Amino acid sequence: MSSTPARAKNDRSPTEMKTAYSEAPVTESTQSSVPQQVQATPAQPKMRASNVNFHYGTFKALHDVSLEFPANKVTALIGPSGCGKSTFLRSLNRINETLRGTRIEGDIRLDGEDVLKMDVTSLRRRVGMVFQRPNPFPKSIFENVAYGVRVNGLASRSELPDIVEKSLRRAALWDEVRDKLHDSAHALSGGQQQRLCIARGLAVDPEVLLLDEPCSALDPIATAKIEDLLVAIKDQCTIVIVTHNMQQAARVADNTGFFLLGRLIEHDRTDVIFKNPSKKETEDYITGRFG
Amino acid sequence: MTARNIYRKSLNNLMLTLTGVCALVTVLVLFIILAYLVYNGATSVDPAFFTQLPKGTGEVGGGMANAILGSAEIVAIASAIGIPIGFFTGVYLSEWGGAAFSFVVRYMCDLLNGVPSIVIGIFAWIIIVRPMHQFSALAGGFALSLMLIPITAKSTEQFLVDIPRALREGSLALGATKWRTVASVVVPAARKGIMTGVILGVARVSGESAPLLFTSLNNQYWSTGLTEPTASLPVMIYSHAISPYDDWHRQAWAAGLVLLVLVLIANIAARLILTRGSSPARG
Repeated sequence: MSSTPARAKNDRSPTEMKTAYSEAPVTESTQSSVPQQVQATPAQPKMRASNVNFHYGTFKALHDVSLEFPANKVTALIGPSGCGKSTFLRSLNRINETLRGTRIEGDIRLDGEDVLKMDVTSLRRRVGMVFQRPNPFPKSIFENVAYGVRVNGLASRSELPDIVEKSLRRAALWDEVRDKLHDSAHALSGGQQQRLCIARGLAVDPEVLLLDEPCSALDPIATAKIEDLLVAIKDQCTIVIVTHNMQQAARVADNTGFFLLGRLIEHDRTDVIFKNPSKKETEDYITGRFG
Repeated sequence: MTARNIYRKSLNNLMLTLTGVCALVTVLVLFIILAYLVYNGATSVDPAFFTQLPKGTGEVGGGMANAILGSAEIVAIASAIGIPIGFFTGVYLSEWGGAAFSFVVRYMCDLLNGVPSIVIGIFAWIIIVRPMHQFSALAGGFALSLMLIPITAKSTEQFLVDIPRALREGSLALGATKWRTVASVVVPAARKGIMTGVILGVARVSGESAPLLFTSLNNQYWSTGLTEPTASLPVMIYSHAISPYDDWHRQAWAAGLVLLVLVLIANIAARLILTRGSSPARG
């Protein structure tokens, strides 16, 4: 398994990647981690989960899940409903511990730091999350995006307009809302609301962005916009996306992990998972035999 | 038709009639009270009622200006004490409370809500009036605040609990603390409901007379401070209604009408706030 990321990295030349990224509506530095992508030895993953077990009361939802998330890659988590993929995702920013009666065992690392021992607010500042249904705050569009910056005290009041504009541009929403920044976020369409939630998450410059079935409440056009934007922002953050939609995984993800009944059955490069899975369960799921 | 069928049908009709009549009685009670108050009070409500002090025993004329101001003072004191404590209790129950302690607090709220208001008056008399050797607006406000706390706490909790978990998680996921999430996202999202509950609670306690009988007592004149016996509309209605003078009866009707209109206005305002509150969410 450990050689897989290396193979993936050799697939594309750095120049190809740069061209791909230059089309993104983003002007900041894109050089950050591209060079290490071509090294033969695998770089340290951005996040690494080892032997994670998760309990909701007496129900054990995750069994010894170990998975690595390489930097600046999109990792998709797929599997049937109730397989634990969302639980696993929600363990990565410890949002699940806000539910009563939950317990987690194992080890999760962010750049080598122990996630389970970190200050939870700084963890969540670094590991952002977008939810299944758009959940904008009942505030203006501007205030929604500025919220994370404000609560973390990341910038002064005078810097906020720039940060809000930059974040909305990164989420490909700026042109649609630039004239109504102070209108209620609830006046936006579902797809716009979800991109607003992505902008809200990007405003605090997260290193990792977790997305929990972000397109399940959206139509295909809104879905395509979000998929485009994920590919465009992955040079600035590592992305983990839970999806029910296997085509979506195939379109956006570099790597894919398949969950079943609380276990990670296998994980590999996305094309390998879809074309040549090594486990029977994966093949059955991919080919639509169940789930 | 068999006898059994006839029996079943007639029982059905009988119960339908019975429930319908009871429902009608319920509605009628309100309308009869309203009509009677308007009939007796409307002719008695004049400018003097709002601007003048009560006249001496048996004299004709005068008003209840001091009782209107006194009621406002007492209710303001009750609000200043009761609303914050009730509000934060509601926030605690909804956002932090562990299972066991919350259960106890919630249960105590229900009990406090059910304590007869005259008992609350006696309690305030022991706690405040006796040590101060003085009836006062302060004691009256304290008594009413004890009634306001459980009402505010229960309604605040209810409206906060209704705020979707997704909003809380959205805020927490950005690195906000629990308190920041509650203060900046959850409470603002529920603020219209919370305000409605508070208004209804204040309206409810502002009509109470029993807790004021031993606390703020009454006063024929302007009270000179919060530590003086203070007139209030409900107590004034009581003292005037049991007097033997026709003109005082007339004034009591006027006070009843004014109090009822104020409470109705508060109720309608609360309802307006609530219905205008929910903005249609687009999908």
